[in-house]
Formats: sequence, C-alpha cells, structure tokens
Amino acid sequence: MTGINNVPNLNEIPNRGPVPNLGGAPNRDDVPNLGGAPEETPSAEPSPQPESPPKVSMGTDLNLEEKVRVRNLNFYYGDSLALKNVSVPIYANKVTAFIGPSGCGKSTLLRVLNRMYDLYPKQRAEGEVLLDGVNILRREQDLNLLRARVGMVFQKPTPFPMSIHDNIAFGLKLYEKLSRQELADRVEAALVRAALWGEVKDKLSASGLSLSGGQQQRLCIARTVALQPEVILLDEPCSALDPISTAKIEETIDELKANYTIAIVTHNMQQAARVSELTAFMYLGELIEFGPTAQIFTAPENKQTQNYITGRFG
Amino acid sequence: MAIYDARRRRSKFFLGLCYACVFIGLGWLAVILGTLLFEGFRKISLAVFTQMTPPPGADGGLLNAITGSVIMTALGVAIGTPLGMLAGTYMAEYGRHSKLTVIVRFINDILLSAPSIVIGLFIYEVMVVRMGHFSALAGAVSLAVIVVPVVVRTTEDMLLLVPDSLREAASALGLPRSIVIHKVAYRAARAGLVTGVLLAVARISGETAPLLFTALNNQFFSTNLNAPMSSLPAVIFQFALSPYTEWQQLAWTGALLITLAVLALSITARVLQSQRPAK
Repeated sequence: MTGINNVPNLNEIPNRGPVPNLGGAPNRDDVPNLGGAPEETPSAEPSPQPESPPKVSMGTDLNLEEKVRVRNLNFYYGDSLALKNVSVPIYANKVTAFIGPSGCGKSTLLRVLNRMYDLYPKQRAEGEVLLDGVNILRREQDLNLLRARVGMVFQKPTPFPMSIHDNIAFGLKLYEKLSRQELADRVEAALVRAALWGEVKDKLSASGLSLSGGQQQRLCIARTVALQPEVILLDEPCSALDPISTAKIEETIDELKANYTIAIVTHNMQQAARVSELTAFMYLGELIEFGPTAQIFTAPENKQTQNYITGRFG
Repeated sequence: MAIYDARRRRSKFFLGLCYACVFIGLGWLAVILGTLLFEGFRKISLAVFTQMTPPPGADGGLLNAITGSVIMTALGVAIGTPLGMLAGTYMAEYGRHSKLTVIVRFINDILLSAPSIVIGLFIYEVMVVRMGHFSALAGAVSLAVIVVPVVVRTTEDMLLLVPDSLREAASALGLPRSIVIHKVAYRAARAGLVTGVLLAVARISGETAPLLFTALNNQFFSTNLNAPMSSLPAVIFQFALSPYTEWQQLAWTGALLITLAVLALSITARVLQSQRPAK
C-alpha cells in the first residue's frame, strides 16, 4: 500500500470490473459501449455482479439500518424547483450512488444533506431530512455540528493553502483538544485511511497545493475522515481525476464504508456499479428509481432508468 | 491582392501611431524621472539623513521631514488598515448579497477618487479647528481616511477572488464562518491583501494637500503627535516654491527619496502579486 502504490492499483482496475475500457476512458466512453449494442448489455453487466452478489443479498432487505431518510423534499434555487418531492433512504455502512444526467438534481440533493445550500441566501429546502431520526432541516439545527457529522468531498480537489499536515489538523484542533502526539497520530490515521500516507509521509510540511490532483483529492478525503463523521458525501469525487487516481479513490471508498455511511454522486455509471450497493436514479429533479445496484443495472423497473443505463440519453 | 496591401498599409500606419503614443507617454515619464534622478542625486549626502531642515541660506538635511513622514504614514496605515480590512471582509464575506454592500461599495468608490485636498479640509474642520492647533495626529487621521477606501477595495476584490469552493470545503468540515474567513480565505488571499496595504502606503506617502491642512510643517525635529510635524511632501512644497537654491536642492532630494520609496513599495507589491498564482 505504501511504497509501490501504482503497481497494485494498475492491476486492480481490470479486477474490479471486467469491462475493458474502464481504465482508459473513465466517463463518456462507457456509455456508448453499453448502449451501442443493447444486446451486449447482459455481457457488460457482470461487471457489478462478481463483487456485488453477497452485498446485494444483504442489500435487498436484511441488515439495512437507515442512517438518513429524505422525505418529501422539495428544493428551490430562487423560484425554480430543482428537487421535486424526493424521498429516499440512505443506509448505514453502505455506499449509495446517485446517478442521472446533468442537472437532474443529484448534487443538489447531496448539498441538502449537510445543508451546504445554507451558504447561499436564495436557496431553500422544504420537507424533511432525518439524520438518525432527527430532522436536520429544522431551523435550530446547528450547522457546524451537522457538517462535522456529515462530511463532504467536492468535485474539484480543494486543499487549503497550508501544509499537508495542517490541512488535516486544522479542522481537528477546532473540535478536540489533542496533544501534539495525538494530533500526529490522528493525521497519520486519516492519511492512511485515504490511502495517501505512503506518498506524503516524508513531506507533511509541504504545501497541500503541491500535490497532484489525485493526491489532493485524497487529501480532501483524509481531511473529512479525520473528523470522524458519520456520513460522507462525495460529489463526483473522481470527475477531475485520471483513471489511476480514480481507482485509488474507489479503493478508498471501499475501505471507508466499513465505518461510514457513504453517498456518492457520479456521472460514471461504471463507477456507480463498482462502488455502490444501492443506486438511486434521478431525472429532472425527481427520484425515478431506487434499489440495490445490481438490480438497477440489470433489471431496472423503470423505462427511463433503463434508457439511461443503456446510454440512450443523458 | 490590392485589398490585402491596403490592409497592410493601414495596419502599419496604425501601428506607427501606437508606437508614437507610447513614445510620447513614456517619454515624458523618462524626462521627469531623469531630471529627478539627476537633480536629486546631485547633492545627496549623509547630512540629508542626519540634519534638520535648515533656515534659508544654510546647509541642512531632511531628518525631521523623513521622520515625520514615516511616523504619520505608519500611523495613518495603522488606523486605516484595520477599518478597511474589516469593511472589505464584511462586503466580501458576510454581506455579499446585501444591499448595504452595494451602497458601501458605491460610496467607497467615490471616496477612492475624492480629491485629497477635500479630505484635508474635512479633517481641518473636524480636528484642527476643534483642537485649536495643527497636529501630527490630525495629519495621520487624514492619511487614514485616504487609506481606508484603498484597503476596502483591495480587500473585497482579493477575497472575492478566493474561490467559493474553498469556503464550501471549509464549511463542509463544520468550521464556523469566522474561522473559514480568517484561517482559509485570508490565507488564500494573503498576498493580495498585503499588496493592497502596500499600495495604500505608496498612495499616501506622496500626499501633500491633506498634510498642509492638518500637520502643517515643523522646522524642528518633533515626535509629539499633538504638535505640528514636518513631512517630506510639505517640505518639498515649501522649499520648491522658495527662492533659495539650498532649499530647492533639498526639495529635489526629498522628491527623489519619496519616488524611490514608492518605487520600492510598488515593486514589492508586484512581486507579491505575481507569486500568488504560482503558490
């Protein structure tokens, strides 16, 4: 994991999904591959299946503990309605993927879950979002505490203009009184979790901005993980990254779900299939279909879902 | 082909005009700077920095004027910078969507281009008349009034340049607004903020009009803020208009000192600003 990071990961890409063009072309090329020959869809589907079956069997009914419940959520940007009566559960220690064409509201939904939209005066949400049964949309909700519990990683890596160590320690110091040693341990643990420790352990005092894009994104994940949130929201975390970095981040997500509840927005359906147990398909601000990932990708009940999955639109 | 040739001729003509304009514009600057350098360096010596401004006909230096300029500029910046920074921070961070910000920005822009003599007169009325005498403090306050709009403007501009994604990222960690601003936004905009202050210093170090109405001048060395204080611009003003060659010479030297100081500040500001994207 530490020294020779690239090599195992390169090998891992084919392992994770047999679809051949995964590594080379992360985003768009996947779609024609699936959609160009519809009868091939079944042969492309094994990609989620080999690693999915055990999880899906858990995923269908058993063992699902609801961490977040979105109920009748409407969201407005000024006067325009961006989410229409969305209801969806997010289960503890599972990865839930939100897919759908651009502008369908999946990022908006994510930004409601930690009330990121509150930074902007013209945006508002109606309905309920229950986190462990408590409605976080209620007015008296403390936003800082909420965001410490519900962490978020953004599309573009956003390291703070400070050292790698401080990028992580900075948020920690605000919430916990830690000795220097404890702080160092927590920083290390977070970097290990985000699969970045090996690459940066000798240059913790270097600027976070000196890292590569993929490393910066993992630094952002480490920063979020360090605060030990309960839920981690990932808003297209790999869209600005190359396939190798993407593979590393997916690996990280895989390890994180043991301890955290994860919701990920992605444009890359292969990625949704690879990393998630549950998938929600959204279209034009509505939640069209939600279910176990394997089911959504192999036997979607809704025609629109099927069209999107097979690349007929979006 | 004829059309193409005509276009080429036109292009050459207008390019020639452009060069001519550049030459005329920069030419005057070169003449001014050349004269200043020549006249200023002619009599520069250690005495300039160690002796007081002389009476007519005697030799002397500019020590009291230099000291006075440094004191009043420093005090003006010390008063004006926090005010400007806080106002700019409010406009860029807390009040970004509020109407107050629009109004403040508009008024600030007016203040930014207000003639400094008006500011001098204002402080004369408000402070000098009430106190009953000219004072260095009044001079410093009038300089501060000039500093504020400059710093407000650069602070707001520089903070607005900090991408929102950085603020969102910090907020997403559950950091309160104040920490997001002073630990992340300020840090990301640091070079720009320092540049703004340096430019404000450069701006006020050559101001004459507001000081003539407030700090006046002082022939002697003084660090008393409650008394009139000498300053380089005021001394230059007085000496350059005098008929005495010694005084005129000192005015040249003083002008050179101010120019070099402002040049140094501008270069520092440029260097700081150019480092920003690379960081």
